[in-house]
Amino acid sequence: MSKRSLWRDPLIWLSALFVFFLVGMSLLRPVFAWAFPTIQPPIYGGDSFLMLWLFHAGLVIVSSLAAAIVGVGAAIVATRKAGEEFRPLLEALATIGQTFPPAAVLAISVPAFGYGAVPTFMALFLYGILPVLKNSLAGIAGVPEAVRDAGTGMGLTPWQILRDIELPLAAPTILAGIRISVIVNIGTAAIGSTVGAITLGTPIIGGLVSDKISYVIQGAIVIGLFAILTDMLFERLDQRLRQFAARA
Amino acid sequence: MRLVPRNSVAFVLGLVVIAACAFGSFLTEAPNRLTSGYPLSLGEAADKPLLMVLVSCGVALLAGSFAPATKRNALALLAIAMTALLYLFFTAGRIATTIMASAPPATRVSFGWAFWTSGACLAILIFLALQKRETWMRLVIVAVVAVALTLMARAGQFDGLSLMREYAARQGDFAVELTRHCLLVLISVGIALALGVPLGIYVARTQGAGKVIFGTLNLLQTVPSIALFGLLIAPLSALGLGGIGMVPAVIALVLYALLPIVRNTQTGIIGVDRFLIDAAAGMGMNSRQIFWRVELPLGMPVFVAGLRIVIVQTIGLAVVAALIGAGGLGSFVFEGIGEYAIDLVLLGAIPAILLALTADFLLALTASLLERKRTA
Repeated sequence: MSKRSLWRDPLIWLSALFVFFLVGMSLLRPVFAWAFPTIQPPIYGGDSFLMLWLFHAGLVIVSSLAAAIVGVGAAIVATRKAGEEFRPLLEALATIGQTFPPAAVLAISVPAFGYGAVPTFMALFLYGILPVLKNSLAGIAGVPEAVRDAGTGMGLTPWQILRDIELPLAAPTILAGIRISVIVNIGTAAIGSTVGAITLGTPIIGGLVSDKISYVIQGAIVIGLFAILTDMLFERLDQRLRQFAARA
Repeated sequence: MRLVPRNSVAFVLGLVVIAACAFGSFLTEAPNRLTSGYPLSLGEAADKPLLMVLVSCGVALLAGSFAPATKRNALALLAIAMTALLYLFFTAGRIATTIMASAPPATRVSFGWAFWTSGACLAILIFLALQKRETWMRLVIVAVVAVALTLMARAGQFDGLSLMREYAARQGDFAVELTRHCLLVLISVGIALALGVPLGIYVARTQGAGKVIFGTLNLLQTVPSIALFGLLIAPLSALGLGGIGMVPAVIALVLYALLPIVRNTQTGIIGVDRFLIDAAAGMGMNSRQIFWRVELPLGMPVFVAGLRIVIVQTIGLAVVAALIGAGGLGSFVFEGIGEYAIDLVLLGAIPAILLALTADFLLALTASLLERKRTA
């Protein structure tokens, strides 16, 4: 990549913008004070946006990671000979589960897990499994039987076939599932602040409740950029993976 | 009979149902609607005859999982799972009515985790059994379960349960918010169709137009709903449209709905075999006739698949719209969360889930009918 196109890369300047909003929101005080003269203070005064983002990102990373491990693991089991009877069950769970509204899943995890970060984490984890599971099942099952047979013919053990053939070939599909799971979780984690989790949704909910629109806008900008940047990173990762697969 | 179950899925789900019902908290009893209750197991709370029916259902389910996988056995398993599911609801209602008859009126009897778990397992079993059946049968079975539950509710069977008492207290509001929720979805999807279908046709017909349009729509889809709702408030209130309420909600829902509609319209049209279009042109059809008689009917299944995604997605996002004052079922959810009233939360969340599942089921049915018509 040449020096010029590096600066044209939207990932770079969007990241810079994001970092600016995270640490430099207070520099925008005059702007918000001018636009919303009645709101005091003009900038959200609770936890700093950097802190809120760390909480938010931590919640998303841990829950999505756990969901990815469980989702891929279940898909691997269901595509083995011993577990293949359970494949329709898992497919049905992934399909039906994804019709559930994420906000409703968050809501029904309150009676089960109480208030705070725990129900939010559980909702993100459980909901996050579904797209990973669905895509991993499709990805692994989609590996042509002939390729698997070739592996067996070369004397590979079932474990080697899984590690060297099935998982690499299914990797782009699995990654697409993880991407959906992470993006949905970023949004649901924001709504999690209604049940008491501290996330970037906290200024939005607080602003809506106390009618302080500037807080809503500040929170919304940071969450929006966070989601878009994460999606772009996954796009890059996907390209890398495909290049790698094409070379191999 | 072999010692290994032939239907492991039915065996495992059956075991979960039995274990949950035997040891778990089937219902909970609380002194009022804001406190959490103490657990009641099925064994200590249910009448003996009802318990016998449920135990027989469990045993039959397990026994059925050892039977050979013939069509008749599968149907029998389906019938057992349906009976068990309906009895589960009936028993829960019966226990609640019995408790409420002698308890102070503020007492609340709610569903416990064992009820949810076994209900979900039975519903999944029914779903899996129906997957292999004809379309008409799926419709009949789902209708039978829905009608049976509605009749029980009408007869007052569930009146003792906390959820129904919450509903009774908010009956008027519930009708208003449910209507509002559906209205939000219908208006948004309607506008999105009016914009998205022509856009999809345009993208399918124009080389290179897709990149910019899909790039923009993808970006919008990535922004979390709560952020998009929030970002629309300021410009709309500056325009004097009111930042809070239906308007920003509908705009956001339309923006989210556009991507699947445009994408599936485009895929539907592009997916039509080039050869068929040439054949139609050879028969003397003009481009308008080709669109209405060839591309539209052949692209329909893909389009309906897109519509299914859009409607389910919009029903879910409309829940969040309550946060910016657009109303809908989400208003019960967030009001309930705010005042620690779990049953009020469920009064919003459960109908929202049922609405999404119903829409998904009906559109899947439409899709499979279209598919059949096409292959016939």
